[in-house]
Amino acid sequence: MDSAEHKYLGHSVLRKEGRDKVTGRARYVDDLDFPGALHGVTVRSDIPRGRIRKIEFGAGIPWNEFIVVTAADIPGANYVALFERDQPFLASDGVNHSEEAIVLLAHPDPYLLEEARRAVRIEYEPLPAIFTLDESLAGKEIIWGKDNVFKSYHLEKGDVEAALARADLIVEGEYRTAAQEQLYIEPQGMVAIANPRDGVTVWGSLQCPYYVQRALVALFNLPAEKIRVVQAETGGGFGGKEEYPSMIAGHAALLAWKSGKPVKIIYDRAEDMAATTKRHPSRTRHRTAVTRDGKLLAMDIDFALDGGAYATLSSVVLSRGTIHAAGPYSCPNVRIHSKVVATNLPPQGAFRGFGAPQSVFSLERHFDRVAAAVGLAPEEFRRRNFIRTGETTATGQVIREAVDMPGLLDRALRESGYAAKRETFARENHGRALKKGIGLAAFFHGAGFTGSGEEYLASVVEAEGTPEGRVRILAASTEIGQGTNTIFSQIAADALGIPYDRIEIAQPDTAAVPNSGPTVASRTSMIVGKLVESAAIGIKQSLVAANLLAAGGVYTPEDFARACREYISAHGPLRARVQYHPPPGVKWDDKTYTGEAYCAYAWAVYVAEVTVDLATFETRVDDFVAVQEVGKVIHPVLAAGQIEGGVAQAIGFALYENVIWQQGRMANGQMTNYIMPTAADLPRIRVIFEETPSPHGPSGAKGIGELPLDGGAPAIVSAIENAAGIVLREIPVVPERLMEALEAKAGMRG
Amino acid sequence: MADDVVKIEIACTVNGESRRFRAWPMERLLDVLRRELKLTGTKEGCGEGECGACAVLLDGALVNSCLVPVAQAAGCEILTIEGLARGEQLSAIQEAFVECGGAQCGICTPGMVMAAAALLERERQPGERQIRAGLSGNLCRCTGYTKIFEAVVRACQATGVRR
Repeated sequence: MDSAEHKYLGHSVLRKEGRDKVTGRARYVDDLDFPGALHGVTVRSDIPRGRIRKIEFGAGIPWNEFIVVTAADIPGANYVALFERDQPFLASDGVNHSEEAIVLLAHPDPYLLEEARRAVRIEYEPLPAIFTLDESLAGKEIIWGKDNVFKSYHLEKGDVEAALARADLIVEGEYRTAAQEQLYIEPQGMVAIANPRDGVTVWGSLQCPYYVQRALVALFNLPAEKIRVVQAETGGGFGGKEEYPSMIAGHAALLAWKSGKPVKIIYDRAEDMAATTKRHPSRTRHRTAVTRDGKLLAMDIDFALDGGAYATLSSVVLSRGTIHAAGPYSCPNVRIHSKVVATNLPPQGAFRGFGAPQSVFSLERHFDRVAAAVGLAPEEFRRRNFIRTGETTATGQVIREAVDMPGLLDRALRESGYAAKRETFARENHGRALKKGIGLAAFFHGAGFTGSGEEYLASVVEAEGTPEGRVRILAASTEIGQGTNTIFSQIAADALGIPYDRIEIAQPDTAAVPNSGPTVASRTSMIVGKLVESAAIGIKQSLVAANLLAAGGVYTPEDFARACREYISAHGPLRARVQYHPPPGVKWDDKTYTGEAYCAYAWAVYVAEVTVDLATFETRVDDFVAVQEVGKVIHPVLAAGQIEGGVAQAIGFALYENVIWQQGRMANGQMTNYIMPTAADLPRIRVIFEETPSPHGPSGAKGIGELPLDGGAPAIVSAIENAAGIVLREIPVVPERLMEALEAKAGMRG
Repeated sequence: MADDVVKIEIACTVNGESRRFRAWPMERLLDVLRRELKLTGTKEGCGEGECGACAVLLDGALVNSCLVPVAQAAGCEILTIEGLARGEQLSAIQEAFVECGGAQCGICTPGMVMAAAALLERERQPGERQIRAGLSGNLCRCTGYTKIFEAVVRACQATGVRR
């Protein structure tokens, strides 16, 4: 499409469901009213590992009024269908982490239900447990498979050993990141109706309706058409509602199946934080060879993730983390060895960025070290090594996009006043208790599923014209706050040449919409959006082919409506169905991990400015400049909102959000002691887009959602190091950690 | 509930209408609004007064309804998100939230809008510092707050005193 035809793309139209959200009319899962519904709760393990000896139902509770479900009640298979069949819906023989579900209870009275939950006693034979990556890698206990390893990758480009042998300089470093809670403000929840005659229907807060359907097919041993999954309005996901909703849907459905009544399970915040997935803790080791003038010769990277007790999506998280570990740099020799291993923590899972924030943090922190070792400024070292169009990534992918990392760097340095501030701070910090610093990070993020992932998904989207001249888009892609409804409507309206408000987005419901794939991996705008565009064009082509609409002509919404009406009365339903096909020439080899990892990347340079208080050891982000190239920006306000929100989460990841584990249990599972940024903590986040249209997305759009999580933390830590003159290798930089680092520095001096 | 506690009759004004209902005296105002009065626009995010998703105005004061025993609301005037618009006419702050992108997933929005409304009752033209302080009791995980600040500023600029 010619840009002159874009009436909506590129413009900030009003959010499709905005009115409902500001008036309280939007209906989230806990707002759905099912007469006669029971409440459901989950009885969980309170030890990290052991065999279940006995389940006792304590005195003083009218147990005959309760629906009680254990693993013995499961009609089908007791595993949550993902990659491995290791995670049960309900533990039966043993438990492998704290907060593992064992018994389900339902009752009409939520207060009595809570008393009953506490009256269930589970007797265990405890087994030794492991709680850290290091314990797992060392094989202190083998708790999963033969060696605790869920998945490993090995990627090799060039000859790393030879390059290391002749290098002028080799810089080594180790870096760590902690678990991070997604902390969507709406806790997880599901409602289910289930019986042998009608099958199972669930309504819930979720990102991926077809993932839930697949899990319930196995759990109930029913055909897919007997399992219906409907997405309610969803109050944030960030990956946290990618795989875990399958678990809750299964639990609610099991209770509904046994009781014959609707059952609603809504987690409270404490349960949500304690039991559901988080970002994988990581440890990365770098060995980097450079020439004396700061050209990269070799990168040797060892990347490890803690996956928790079950495999969940860990193999895919590891994959993305691995591919992003070498960053947007050109290096002739790269070796990446990566592993995700088991511990007795609750399983870790998807969280915006999906492994990349961990490996990007490590690389960018390490590159500040390398720059210092060769005597270059951080920005200059990066400038000398940025990947350019025609060069190859770590997987050997030739970058065909018109990438301009030096341009993004210049823009970020200019907008932030980097050079002048670096000088001023160096001059003025002496003797002050409030020290200022500025730092940067450069990075990229691949859009869509990795490698052949999109080809396997083979997503489908449909469009349907109505006799009123409205067009309805049918897709399983969910609106979770990021703007799916709005963007799809913009794309379809421009493709059809009809007004934005004539487009309807069907509620994601597996009984009504095709599988357009999961709402993850920054794929919705680029991959599914392109399908929406094709489906809309398909509707228009049908009308043109039937001589009801002029091909290149101008028509009014009324002309369009008349054409739809006449088509439907003459030919029946007006529908278009399209399926994803990979662009030609895209080759990926899963065995060697080489080839086209992603068909498009977003590119970025972020600059953070901080104040470090040497009296309280608190860090405050004073300014944040986020410059990125994301292809065509479909909706400037929504796009900026994605970056601002992602940077806010990255600031939390860098400075505040600290999961405290005690015997494999989250000890601070409340919003009072797990601290996320408030309105008083954040700077205004300055967002700048450069737009280089990509051939792969609708009107040139690329993925955007996950990108901001990658670069925030390393830029902030770089700024802290600049302010305080210390080296930090681990986040979050909570005051205690900063204090230790400063005391260590003072100790070395004294 | 202990056996010697009985439900009491409570009368109050909710969004301008007189309401009478029976409730346990220590029941959370949040639960009564959502379950008894079917006003589900008020949300629960944490249940411990941290996130502000359940914020409502109680006699004009911004409160977290998860921390208010319903007995305390007897005889009071309660304003929830459902009472802010005049029919289909959004209040200035609601309109600004839609225009500026202040609502993403929308779960914090009702509480955030109530907090903004309370702020604009106190301060006609709040500065950035006052906006930050006024909204710091309401957590949003989607926006990074920037678009919410913009919405509050735009609502101040909107003509008339519609709030």
